[in-house]
Amino acid sequence: MDFVSGLRCRECGRTYPAEALHVCDFCFGPLEVTYDYERVAATMTRERIAAGPRTIWRYADLLPVADPNPVDLGAGFTPLVRADRLAAELGLGELWIKDDTANPTGSFKDRVVSVALTKARQLGFKIAACASTGNLANSVAAHAARAGMDSVVLIPHDLERAKVTMTSVYGGRVFAVQGSYDDVNRLCAELTSEQPEWAFVNVNVRTYYAEGSKTLAFEVAEQLGWQAPDHVVVPIGSGSQLTKVAKGFQELWQVGLLDEEPSVRVSGAQAEGCSPVATAFAEGTDAIRPVKPHTIAKSLAIGNPADGWYALDTIRKSGGSCASVTDEEVLDGIRLLARTEGIFAETAGGVTIATLAKLAAQGVIRRDERVVAMITGHGLKTVEALADVVGPTATIAPTLDSFAEALAADSEHASIQRSS
Amino acid sequence: MSKVRIPAQLRTLTGGAGELVIDGSTVGEVLKGLDATHAGFGERIFDAEGGLRRFVNVFLDEEDVRFLDGLATPVTDGQTISIVPAVAGG
Repeated sequence: MDFVSGLRCRECGRTYPAEALHVCDFCFGPLEVTYDYERVAATMTRERIAAGPRTIWRYADLLPVADPNPVDLGAGFTPLVRADRLAAELGLGELWIKDDTANPTGSFKDRVVSVALTKARQLGFKIAACASTGNLANSVAAHAARAGMDSVVLIPHDLERAKVTMTSVYGGRVFAVQGSYDDVNRLCAELTSEQPEWAFVNVNVRTYYAEGSKTLAFEVAEQLGWQAPDHVVVPIGSGSQLTKVAKGFQELWQVGLLDEEPSVRVSGAQAEGCSPVATAFAEGTDAIRPVKPHTIAKSLAIGNPADGWYALDTIRKSGGSCASVTDEEVLDGIRLLARTEGIFAETAGGVTIATLAKLAAQGVIRRDERVVAMITGHGLKTVEALADVVGPTATIAPTLDSFAEALAADSEHASIQRSS
Repeated sequence: MSKVRIPAQLRTLTGGAGELVIDGSTVGEVLKGLDATHAGFGERIFDAEGGLRRFVNVFLDEEDVRFLDGLATPVTDGQTISIVPAVAGG
C-alpha cells in the first residue's frame, strides 16, 4: 500500500487523483505527488529501511507506488565514497562522491525509470516511451525489456555512439530525431496528446518518475549515518533532480528519520554551452531564458529546462550557488575525478566536478562543510569526448629496449621512473 | 489561415478537436482568435498581463516563439502553431 494522497499543482494548488497526469489542466503548472506524511512517519523507521532491499525500493514508503514486485534491475543504493584525495586537490575538508555510475544501466536514470514504469504498469500502460538525451533512453529500454513492455525511445540523432547502442540492444523501437533534445522533447510532448496509451516516462508519468530522484537524498543521509550533508552539488539538465534531492532531505526530516532538521545548501552545475539556470542565477532574475545548447555534456543539453525555475528557487532558498564550466573544464573534471578517486564519470560528471572545483576556489563551498557531489553517469557512455585528451603513454615494440626508451621519454609520469 | 495544434489538456474546450484553423497575422492574434471562437482559451494560456503563462510553450512550426518575436511573431498562411505544455522532459 502506498501513502500517496494525490497530486497537487505547484502553481495554483488544484488537486487531482493519482492518475497519469503531469500538468495542471487549468494552468499547465507541474503536478507534485503529495503523501500522507503522518502515516508514513508511523510506518517508516530506520530498522524497516535497513531490512529492505539494497535498492531504491527500501524507501518505498516515500515513493509514489507500492508494488511487492517492482520493475527493477537493482537501481540505487550506490556507493557513497569518501573522496579525500580529491578534497585535498580542491582545498576542501570532508568530501563525498555519490557514485551513481554504479547503477544497472550506468546512470541515475535507473532510479526514476524503475519508479515510473512500476507506476505505469499499475496504471495499465503496456508501452514505455521517452524523450532522452541518452541516459534515460538506455534505462527505459532496459527496464521495459525487464518488464516485458514494448518501448519507444526518441533521441537526438547526434548522440554518443555508446548511448545509441546501449538503447538499441534491448530490442525496442528507437527513433533518432533530426534536431536537438528540445526538439525531441517538444515532439514527445505533442505525441503524448496523440498516443495517450503510451507511458512517456518524462512526460505523462513525469510526476511519478521525478520522485525517484529523492532516493539520492535518502541514500546519502542513510549512508552518512542518518545525517544530512551541509552542501550538495548537483548537475542541472531539466532541474528536476536538483529539486527532488532537496525535497528528499526535507521529507526525511518530516517523517522523523533525521535527528536534526537538515539545512542543506544545494548548488547547481551546468555546462557553459547550456547554462540557462546558471545565467539566471548570475543575473539575479527569475526568468529562465531558453538557449540553443552547444556542449559536449549532451546529457545536460536541455536548453529549455522544465524545472529550471524550481531549481533556481531551490538553490536560492538553500543558500547554494550555481555555476557553469567550459567544455575544456569538463574534460579536466572527468580526469581529475578519475585520477584522484578511481571513478570514471561521463561528461555530466565532469560538469559536476569542474563546478565543485570552481565553487571551492571561490570560497562558496567551504572547507568546514560536509560536501556531497552527485556523479550521475558512467564515463563509458561518453568516451568520444576524451578521445583527444587521453590515450596510451606510448605504443612500443614487444622488447625491453623499446619499453625502456618509452619509459625514459615519458615526462608526464616522471615519479614512476624515479621510484623504479 | 493557420493550423493550431491543441494539447489534450485543452481539448475539452474544442469538443475534442486536436487541430483548428484560425485567422490572424501574428501568433498573438491567432491565439486571441482562438479565445474568441472557443471561450475559456484565453484564461488558460495567458497570464494576467496578457503574456503566455510560464508553463505554456508555443511553437511556430518547429521553433519556440521565444526565439522569434514572441506573440508578435508574424504568421504566414499554411504555418502551424502548436500549444505545448512546458513541463516535460529531462
